[in-house]
Amino acid sequence: MSEFPKENIIKNLIRSVPLILLFISVFNEIDLNYLEIFSLNFSFILIFFWSLRKTELLGYGYIFLAGLINDVVTGFPIGISSFNYLLICGFAAYLKTITLRPSMIKDWFFFLFTILVVNSLSYGVLNIFFSIDLNYKNLFFNIFFTFIFYIIFANLFFIYQQKYLKESN
Amino acid sequence: MEPSRDDFIIAIRSAFLKKGTKQRFSLTFLLLFSVVLIILGKFNFTPIKHLKTGLNEIVYRTSFVASLPEKYADYSLKAIGAHAKIYKDYSSLEEELKKLKTEKYKAKFLENENKRLKKILDNVTYSSDIVFAKVLIDKQSPFLRSIIINKGSRNGLKKGMAVLSDAYLIGKIVELNYTTSRVLLLSDLNSKIPVSLEPGSIQSILSGDGKNSGIIQYTKNNTLINVGSIIYTSGTGDLLKPGIPIGKIYSNENRNFTDFFIDFTQLRYVQVLSYIEEENK
Repeated sequence: MSEFPKENIIKNLIRSVPLILLFISVFNEIDLNYLEIFSLNFSFILIFFWSLRKTELLGYGYIFLAGLINDVVTGFPIGISSFNYLLICGFAAYLKTITLRPSMIKDWFFFLFTILVVNSLSYGVLNIFFSIDLNYKNLFFNIFFTFIFYIIFANLFFIYQQKYLKESN
Repeated sequence: MEPSRDDFIIAIRSAFLKKGTKQRFSLTFLLLFSVVLIILGKFNFTPIKHLKTGLNEIVYRTSFVASLPEKYADYSLKAIGAHAKIYKDYSSLEEELKKLKTEKYKAKFLENENKRLKKILDNVTYSSDIVFAKVLIDKQSPFLRSIIINKGSRNGLKKGMAVLSDAYLIGKIVELNYTTSRVLLLSDLNSKIPVSLEPGSIQSILSGDGKNSGIIQYTKNNTLINVGSIIYTSGTGDLLKPGIPIGKIYSNENRNFTDFFIDFTQLRYVQVLSYIEEENK
């Protein structure tokens, strides 16, 4: 009897790892931009992968909240990041609906299409609506490295999913 | 073509409109809500401003805590790098230390010589004391340029003492209370202090213009004054300690003005300098 609640806590903690990672990434504004051109949007990778594989782990409400926090940390107008994150969820949900046989490579290229659309929309809104200038070169490299690193993180998340979240696959 | 278009619409509907089994909110609702937030934010809608302020308060504090591991990792990396560099720097620092020690002895010798020569010339030396004070009120009226500081006669302050900010003169004490004092700033129309312009050692009077600069007055020949000359207190009349930097000269419509080194609107803490001329026996 005494083992049951402990197991439950560990199980919940394991299931909460993607959400915890998401909040850590938005609070820390993790874009790993210590190098001159290298930067990546870890939140995009995380949201896309888990929305595609296990939607229930990242609730839309939490994603919306994470977007608001990201806006405050980065200094963007309120709502921009939430909109981006939710749009990624939408694209992932669409891919999930139309896919009969999931393939990591197909997901990868659809992710590229998704981040291109999302970043273009957000660039447009920031530039036209709020007159905020973004460095076009930095944005390009951010998209490029986010795309490249998706496959690495997706594999890591996949291993995690297989190892710890197998029972509900 | 028709079935494929239908499939696309069905897929879109399913992705965006259908609420997931374990989702509390619909994706479309949250997307629309985000758009509403963006639009209202654009027009500076008051509740959005309050929301942002509230979020700032919470997020900045939480972000500070959340970024501690990253900061610690960064600090550790730098510390390791610094340790590795210590061995490299040691020999060059030793060499530099030797040079500085020699310079120090030379400076000591010059200081002593300077004191000895001053004794011969003036028969006086100066000893000064610094009292730090906080600016209580700095509301500048158009007629009076002054500030109130939180030190007074209780702290040994006296009328006429020089008040400095970052080693630059900003004014002198004109009103003394037990715990507070009023400092008349150099930019005030009533402020007049004897100054020396370097290079050339030209003696003059610096008067405030009631705005944010000063005017150089009572010089015999204005053409001798160069733009960019530095203004120091001259110490004439034993009012202020000589050699305190004040500002530099700039010219406007053939008149010489003073550009003060300190912005008088940004004063937070000041130093009150008392000095005594000591008669040499």
